Amino acid sequence: MSSIVDHDPFPRQDVSLTPAQQKSRRARNIAIGVALGLFALLFYVVTIVKLGPGVLNRPL
Amino acid sequence: MSDLSYHLKAESAAEVCDASPSDFVQLLKPRVMSLVVLSALAGILLAPGHVNPVIGFASLVSIAVGAGAAGALNMWYDADVDAIMIRTRGRPIPSGRIDRDVALGFGLMLAAFSVLTLGLVANWLAASLLAFTIFFYIVIYSMWLKRATPQNIVIGGAAGALPPIVAYTAMTGSFSLSSFVLFAIIFVWTPPHFWALALIKSGDYARAGIPMMPNVKGPDRTRLEILIYTLLLAPLGVLPFVLGFASMLYGALSLILGALFVALAVQVYRRRQGDAAEKAAKQLFAFSILYLFLLLALIVAEHGLGLAAFAAQ
Repeated sequence: MSSIVDHDPFPRQDVSLTPAQQKSRRARNIAIGVALGLFALLFYVVTIVKLGPGVLNRPL
Repeated sequence: MSDLSYHLKAESAAEVCDASPSDFVQLLKPRVMSLVVLSALAGILLAPGHVNPVIGFASLVSIAVGAGAAGALNMWYDADVDAIMIRTRGRPIPSGRIDRDVALGFGLMLAAFSVLTLGLVANWLAASLLAFTIFFYIVIYSMWLKRATPQNIVIGGAAGALPPIVAYTAMTGSFSLSSFVLFAIIFVWTPPHFWALALIKSGDYARAGIPMMPNVKGPDRTRLEILIYTLLLAPLGVLPFVLGFASMLYGALSLILGALFVALAVQVYRRRQGDAAEKAAKQLFAFSILYLFLLLALIVAEHGLGLAAFAAQ
């Protein structure tokens, strides 16, 4: 069976990043991680503040 | 035959994003954001009764991120004119550090997160107002007014003036005269602030085809309108003291700053030629930033430190 891959107009290529691109990607990843962490922390603290002890008051 | 296998077009290394996190921070227009934070903080602290610091902080962050999202979406839409203007061509999109589509996605994501977060943390009336502010800045100002009329920044200034109302509503679920007074001060402050800049950068705006007041009505008419708006602003700035939500110290300072603002606007009106004219416009632009910063900072300090009640006695 001939595969469509044989005639693929966009053949897969390996992408090798330059050191500058690798460095900026790492910095972006760290920034996204920190932002997500702070976002989760914000929601955790707000939940505790809004619900208080009620956060434990739920049917089991 | 069905063959679901496919390959995506491979990115070449040259197409891979090499923007740093600080480029994304620049998309948020951090200097505009700092004014939004200060005016929103004033709105939060004007709220009567006890404000939970965590809820206040989370609301402030939501409003700041919402303003940043509006900044990113503005840079996405205005990338073509930003590339022409000297003042803006170093921004992340025209300088090629961030792709336009990436900025659009970034702005939309932050807008959605900021509005939803404010809704969950505070209330949905405030969240709706924040969504309206972002919509107004992008659709009404950036997409429509900015390229259509010399009144662009007069009407568009409403977007920059709304944060104190959003913040007050986030804390109380309602509106108040005090937050509307802050809105009015920022709204009337915007034309002299931006027209002073437009006088200095009129060539830049003309090249980009933006119909700013000096390019459409001429510099002299702009100088007159700056003076008129400044004469309106000076008494408005004193209103928080007159209405009793700022101290005598604020009243005195706002009077002095208002008089200085008018004096600088008179200078701009009188000096119409050469270096003296440009210097007067630059001084007015710089002072306008200081004026708003000091008024808002004093309201924040008085209410944040509980000085307003003391000063009112």
